[in-house]
Amino acid sequence: MKLPYERPTLRKLTAGMPNKFGPRAGARAVTALDGVAVAELVARFGSPLFVLSERQLRRSYQAAVRAFGTRYPRVQLAWSYKTNYLNAVCRVFHQEGAWAEVVSGMELEKALGNGVPGPHILFNGPGKRRADLERACEVDAVIHLDNADELHLLLDVAAGRARRPRVALRVNLDAGIVPQWDRFGFNLENGEAWQALGRVACSGRLALVGLHCHIGTYVLQPAAYGAAATKLAALARRCAQELHTAVHYLDLGGGFPSTNTLKGAYLPATDTVPPLDDYAEAVAGALLGAGFPPDELPLLVLEAGRALVDEAGSLIGTVLANKRLADGRRATILDFGVNLLFTSFWYDHHISPTREFSTAAEPTVLYGPLCMNIDMLRESIALPLLAPGDIVVVHKVGAYNMSQWQQFINLRPNVVLIDQAGQPHVIRAAETLEYLQQLEAVPAHLL
Amino acid sequence: MLLSATRPRLTVAVTGLNATDSPGPGVAVIRALRETVDFDLRVIGLSYEALEPGIYLRDMVDRTYQLPYPSAGTAALLERLQYIKEQEDVAVLIPNFDAELFNFIKLEPQLRALGIRTFLPTLAQLEARDKLNLPAFGAAHGLHVPASRPLLHAGELLAAAEELGWPLVLKGRYYDAAVVHSLVQAEQAFGRLAGQWGVPLIAQQFVAGQEINIAGLGDGHGRALSVVPMRKLTITDKGKAWAGITLEDEALLALARRFAEATKWRGGFELEIMRAATGELFIMEINPRFPAWIYLTAAAGQNQPAALLRLALDLPVPMMDGYAVGKMFVRYAWDLITDHTQFQQVAALGEL
Amino acid sequence: MKLKKNIATSEAGFVFNPATGDSFAANPLAADILARTKAGQEAAAIKADILEHYDVAPGQLEKDWDDLLAQLREFNLLD
Repeated sequence: MKLPYERPTLRKLTAGMPNKFGPRAGARAVTALDGVAVAELVARFGSPLFVLSERQLRRSYQAAVRAFGTRYPRVQLAWSYKTNYLNAVCRVFHQEGAWAEVVSGMELEKALGNGVPGPHILFNGPGKRRADLERACEVDAVIHLDNADELHLLLDVAAGRARRPRVALRVNLDAGIVPQWDRFGFNLENGEAWQALGRVACSGRLALVGLHCHIGTYVLQPAAYGAAATKLAALARRCAQELHTAVHYLDLGGGFPSTNTLKGAYLPATDTVPPLDDYAEAVAGALLGAGFPPDELPLLVLEAGRALVDEAGSLIGTVLANKRLADGRRATILDFGVNLLFTSFWYDHHISPTREFSTAAEPTVLYGPLCMNIDMLRESIALPLLAPGDIVVVHKVGAYNMSQWQQFINLRPNVVLIDQAGQPHVIRAAETLEYLQQLEAVPAHLL
Repeated sequence: MLLSATRPRLTVAVTGLNATDSPGPGVAVIRALRETVDFDLRVIGLSYEALEPGIYLRDMVDRTYQLPYPSAGTAALLERLQYIKEQEDVAVLIPNFDAELFNFIKLEPQLRALGIRTFLPTLAQLEARDKLNLPAFGAAHGLHVPASRPLLHAGELLAAAEELGWPLVLKGRYYDAAVVHSLVQAEQAFGRLAGQWGVPLIAQQFVAGQEINIAGLGDGHGRALSVVPMRKLTITDKGKAWAGITLEDEALLALARRFAEATKWRGGFELEIMRAATGELFIMEINPRFPAWIYLTAAAGQNQPAALLRLALDLPVPMMDGYAVGKMFVRYAWDLITDHTQFQQVAALGEL
Repeated sequence: MKLKKNIATSEAGFVFNPATGDSFAANPLAADILARTKAGQEAAAIKADILEHYDVAPGQLEKDWDDLLAQLREFNLLD
């Protein structure tokens, strides 16, 4: 039996910190995901590989429902499609009871295809075309109006329809945080929103059913949601009193953080991100205190995305090579890069080895496989002495990566969902060259 | 000698061993603890860097363990403290850095389960005295603080100056400040501070007067068990006290007691006070821990660290009355001699 | 590979360069290689011994050996 090998390395001792100390502090190996061995997953489905945990998807959904539902009597989650619109993922959430929140005609069709009834689809986004609006009217989805041009286009589309299109007004407001998102929707403080509401009400062609605002992304201040809820509730009360229109729902949007640590953050997100309960407390407190008669409390809609899916996703990858840079730093090249892990532009993802190592570690630059200078996953990370062929797991990658990934230089890999019984299912097959080229056409003179 | 043999043994861990030109309070805290008559102490140093001088003060610090930086989070810190607890029977831990307090406060229940006691403010107390929240804090508790407002854009400078007057103090989100006398200066300073520390900046009313510091110990129920005011006699170019003297002034004592009463402050604190020409006392900043000059309280007759040790162990601490007025400290620099082998031990293994 | 003469190595894996005042921590295999080098063993003999006792392919060892040399050069420890 030969001794386990680890490459010889030296570390210069400085006044700063040792990376790790003691026998207990080495990077922990993650050998299995939801009970399935990482090695088995790689053997069956290749590397890189996205893995989603159905158990965690459901757990996160139920936790969100519990956080808000125990504090406010009428709560509805609308799954934010753009965060991860793989059908299997969407269907898990729809099974749990989620409506769909979509931001394009394509996403609208996806939601319909996943069996979501039109009235349970909330159609957001600043770029709706006429055909999108017509389709939304046809299936009775709720159109969240973004701007005055869209409002007038919709009035035009609505003319002569037997059924009045149902709309909500997207409002942007000062919730006390920076940056203030003012590019989507109608501004509250300058009176634009009220003007638009007046136009909707007096047109007679549209049915106002909701008010919507989405104050930002990865918002760490629960109080900001409370402020937004207070303002939105006051606007709804004004609609009832002055426009004699009862607003059925208030949609507080999404933007809740996951526990991924933002680049440049001082403390890790696992310590600083407030629990969802704090957000629920702020929102429910604001709505319950807004003066609605008890039997006329509006439905609270939330468009959670990241908070529901991020934790359920992992990315398995393999070390392709190690090298030393001109300045002496160690660099490791992995078989996935920013093409698959788009969120590495703003998160310092947690990355684990999948076998035991000694505690020796070396600061390492992590590169992806792209022949492109931007393909850097991490400027410096203390990893054990990985060798080519070693497998790593990147945690909490469920949000945005599987919709913002790029088909650039490499094809996209398999995505598997591990069901609650621990069975992996391919939910999106690895792309092939044929798939990549199937929409291409070569003119006859080039054949 | 006979006394020490009968005193119970106790192991205390202390952070902030960076007794450099902008010193952490750890070494001063240890020096005060060493004068306790209650225990036969073993002192464990907890350091972040291998060249913190306290590590090499072997007659003050029996053994030192490195901690992960606060930015590594509570999980890494707890794991390290569990390891240390296996090596040393640490009964009380006294953190001394602003930046680490968040983590230690969060871990309080886990540390208690390990058998390690602390005596710290609550997270709510920690946040309430944050620079950004200071005006609200003053208003809530009826304490004078300089008027201030947060600034997100340089465009707000003129309005801030109209409200607060010239000169204006601009403070970075976490560190650093500038006193500016004109809009041009203010815009330059805004660019520098915002570039380095991000927004919001804090625009604060300039208060002229005499700088006074007060070290205190709150029992968590509204009582300040000890209050010792000190005026800096000389400062370094970093604004740190190089020499100081204890003062007798009932108004200062009353202010600190009112602070402890209003906040139910738990643990050590330092109030940075400005006494205006009118005699009005403004609280400029509240530090949620002992200051680096804390040994002066022991020398003047109110050993605050030793009292905190008793509080952490649920032992009674009487109100401390009277201290030596006119007691001075003069800080000095001293070259400790050690060897590269000791440095290697700390830098590579994190223990010495 | 020829280490500078005055480089001090310790059993715990510490390396000290008296000419620069720098200290280094070597992992166990690097410490072993440095100790043998100081004792006058030839590179070929050290490598053969590693291949005999450790679970490593010759190609990988060669790559890592070159990398160790690069580090020693970077740290100014080679003659």
